Amino acid sequence: MSKLSFGYEALDRTGTLNVGEVPPVPDSERVGLKKKDIAADHPTWCPGCGDFSVLAIYFKLIEQRKIWHENITTVAGIGCSSRFPYFVQGHGVHFIHGRALPYASGVSLSRPDLHVFAFGGDGDAFSIGGNHFTHTARKNIRMTYLVMDNWVYGLTKKQTSPTSPLGFKSKTDAWGSFDRPINPMKQAIAAGATFVARTTHTNPKHLLEMMDAAMDHKGFSFIQCLSECVEFYEGAFDASNPRKGGSFETVPEDHDVTDEIAAYKLADEGFPGKFGIYYKNDRPSKNEQEEALGEKMRAKVQGLEDWQILQKNFDRMK
Amino acid sequence: MSDSTTTAPDSSGKKVSKITEAVIRIAGNSQDGIQAIGGFLARLAGRSEQDVMTFMTIPSTISGGPSIFQVRIGTGEILSSGDEADVLLAFYQHSYEGHIGSLRKGGIVVYDSDHVEPNDAYRGDYQHIGVGISSLAIEAIGGSARDKGKNIFALGLIARMFDLNVEKLKKLITERFLGKPENITNNALLAFSAGYAYDVGDLADLFSFHEADGSLSNQVVMNGNEALGYGLITAGVRFGAGYPITPWSDIMELLRRELPKYGGSFVQCEDEIASVSTAIGASYASGVAVTGSSGPGIALKSEAIGWAVMAEIPLVVVNVQRGGPSTGMPTNVEQSDLFIACFGGHGDSPRVVLAPSDVEDAFYMAIEAVNIARKYSVPVFILSDQAIATRIEAFPEPNLKELMQDITPDRSPVADHKPYDLSPEDGITRHIVPGTRVASGKYPVVTGLEHDELGHPTGSKQLHIDMTAKRRKKLLSLRATLPKTEPYGPAEGDVLLVGWGSSKGPIREAVDRMRKAGENVSAVHVRYLNPLPNDLGEIMKGFKHVLVVELNDQGFNGYGQMGTLLRAKHTESKIRGITKTDGLTWRVSEIVERVHAAVENAG
Ligand SMILES: Cc1ncc(C[n+]2csc(CCOP(=O)(O)OP(=O)(O)O)c2C)c(N)n1
Ligand code: SF4
Ligand SMILES: [Mg+2]
Repeated sequence: MSKLSFGYEALDRTGTLNVGEVPPVPDSERVGLKKKDIAADHPTWCPGCGDFSVLAIYFKLIEQRKIWHENITTVAGIGCSSRFPYFVQGHGVHFIHGRALPYASGVSLSRPDLHVFAFGGDGDAFSIGGNHFTHTARKNIRMTYLVMDNWVYGLTKKQTSPTSPLGFKSKTDAWGSFDRPINPMKQAIAAGATFVARTTHTNPKHLLEMMDAAMDHKGFSFIQCLSECVEFYEGAFDASNPRKGGSFETVPEDHDVTDEIAAYKLADEGFPGKFGIYYKNDRPSKNEQEEALGEKMRAKVQGLEDWQILQKNFDRMK
Repeated sequence: MSDSTTTAPDSSGKKVSKITEAVIRIAGNSQDGIQAIGGFLARLAGRSEQDVMTFMTIPSTISGGPSIFQVRIGTGEILSSGDEADVLLAFYQHSYEGHIGSLRKGGIVVYDSDHVEPNDAYRGDYQHIGVGISSLAIEAIGGSARDKGKNIFALGLIARMFDLNVEKLKKLITERFLGKPENITNNALLAFSAGYAYDVGDLADLFSFHEADGSLSNQVVMNGNEALGYGLITAGVRFGAGYPITPWSDIMELLRRELPKYGGSFVQCEDEIASVSTAIGASYASGVAVTGSSGPGIALKSEAIGWAVMAEIPLVVVNVQRGGPSTGMPTNVEQSDLFIACFGGHGDSPRVVLAPSDVEDAFYMAIEAVNIARKYSVPVFILSDQAIATRIEAFPEPNLKELMQDITPDRSPVADHKPYDLSPEDGITRHIVPGTRVASGKYPVVTGLEHDELGHPTGSKQLHIDMTAKRRKKLLSLRATLPKTEPYGPAEGDVLLVGWGSSKGPIREAVDRMRKAGENVSAVHVRYLNPLPNDLGEIMKGFKHVLVVELNDQGFNGYGQMGTLLRAKHTESKIRGITKTDGLTWRVSEIVERVHAAVENAG
């Protein structure tokens, strides 16, 4: 008699909707996606919110890089910015506050065929998720993480965020905040991120360039994107917007992106600072290293089926 | 040492008594390698077609400290590691003083006369045999190895006393040191032979186990953590994530070491929140993944587990329970995480909770947990405990070829997909993994917000009502397929003992003992804890008293955690609790006494 009351069962794929076989379509016969194919729910953001630009550029990136629907994997935490996955027609995950990175790590490490995009806000990334940011960066887990930094908690309606500048008057610091803000660029470099870039929602062309370069990167790519919260922190980034009398300056041509100290110096500049890729190196990703480890271990059990590999262990326990 | 029968003199002229089982307690410091002696004995029993169960305590400090290892070996079925020892092997004064009380009257204490000064007050009750274990071991090895080797010397002594199979033991020793420098193996064999050759002049009798009847052939010997880890691999789990904590760490270390061989991997994360999140991400993308922890680590995972309930993502959460709350008693056993497993989290978040009852069961339950998680798209807790985790048992070798599962998700395209389809009666959700093309062009979002059938957020009251019911209903469908609960003993009587987890053995032994004494006692052991099987109600009807035996506190209302659940489900005032929180497994006599007291106080 079997000792299992719940043995293996082949499961049907889905509920009532999945009827009939769907033949695979060769890539050569498929037409690239257009914006209308990728757009899902109408965004719930306030009119004028910076996050709209990020979404529009994500669509452009998918269109431009000919990413197929099924390979779009969008993961987010909680916050206004984190509602992102609902607005994208593709496999989406709206996870819990601050934990998008570990979730995305699970997807990335178990599915080397996918490129995972994670999105979030400054609170999600640097406050509740701060620990995960550090460790995902140091482990260099392959994915692109774009943080829509609006210097405030949007969804919960104007509390101080870890990037709120000194003196910011929020509902939790009515007299002006006095906790020193985090500098996300420094944080990323110091944590060991291998691709660190800075952009802003008011320059869509630059934003697209950064996302494209991030996606080419083989490890953990991080983008800080200034994204204005028109509701609770209007005008926060005017000094970086030429249309509002500010200045948008890119990283100097002669900046060496592999020079960590130079990158740190760039990150130390006062607002509005520079935009572009601050730092980049080709340190192997965790994905590659796990893969290499697996290959080495599998060489020792070559030709064996899974049960035979385990049988070897059991034989030693007799 | 039950049922000593025939006696015949051996070559040394000593009497040899045939026995069916023996309980040997080895007491020393953890750094003396006493776990190794126990391990050798357990493995030998497995190879000799005998049954075995061990029990050990480990100090919670790294630098070591007092520790014991108890082995019960027998020709028949062994249900517990034994209340009283037949032989105590004491390395130090503290081992002698602290454990002599665990010997049965007339039992034998073998002590290291280099370290132990026997107490005359005990001489009348126990046979005392002093052996200069430390100095003799040093002498045997040649003086260089300090105290190392005295455990193997002691193993030799035990082998002589119990007429154990010397060739098999030597083979085990050689296997154990395989890959180590040759002189280590040689030293161990020297120490063993010296111990075996030592003439235990003061010992009146030698013992010899009855021949095994062959019913226990082809056994494997391992501890509960190993069985659980290998069970998960057999179930097809190829990804896991965790953070170290005792006693869960062994499982994550095993998976980290083994999974790459199968094309999988295990990630050590920055904390338990990251571990559970990473595991859920992998479950979503590549088939059921595992996370686990003990004590405080389980509390940290609660929010994400709630998400997996809401988003209906399968997941296996291993909880190797230890004494709590907080850091509690890290190296002691307790069954006080039943509530957090069933209810830990905000909102209505039904999930499945299973509890293996011994080492073998840990192997099979791990497979069941994966299959239930997969079929019902739900987080499944495996509530193991410190006692199962660390004890070694022999069990029939599983048929790995038949059992090994492949749970890689199908990624072929689908026509259209609604993960949270409300129409199926059973309420079961089916997900597609990323990379799956949906011909309709409409893709699902998995989410922790209340959602419609496609996973998009909704504020609809009706949808929240329907989806909440769906998440409950699918586990009621699971309940309908739970296997029949079989009572141990007659279906009618005075007392029904209800147990779960590692207490199964001692409870059964208590039932045997009380039935032998003419009492009408039976037991049921619950392995599916949430949702509870419906047939328990029917079984309870046959008894006057229902006593729930568990290792946790009696709570404000006088019942332990399982007792409370049973009361809520069956509202029977005859359901009462027998609980304790001393951090130790049940002794059979303890259960018997508590049952008698409970029946007497029934009022
Ligand atoms: C565990 C937990 N704590 C608190 C919250 C409440 N909460 C939701 S979003 C948020 C902050 C969002 O700020 P940010 O990440 O900067 O995103 P934004 O809304 O600004 O885009 C908070 C505190 C929550 N959802 N979960
Ligand atoms: S509150 Fe701010 S961040 Fe949120 S949607 Fe409105 S503008 Fe955007
Ligand atoms: Mg924000």
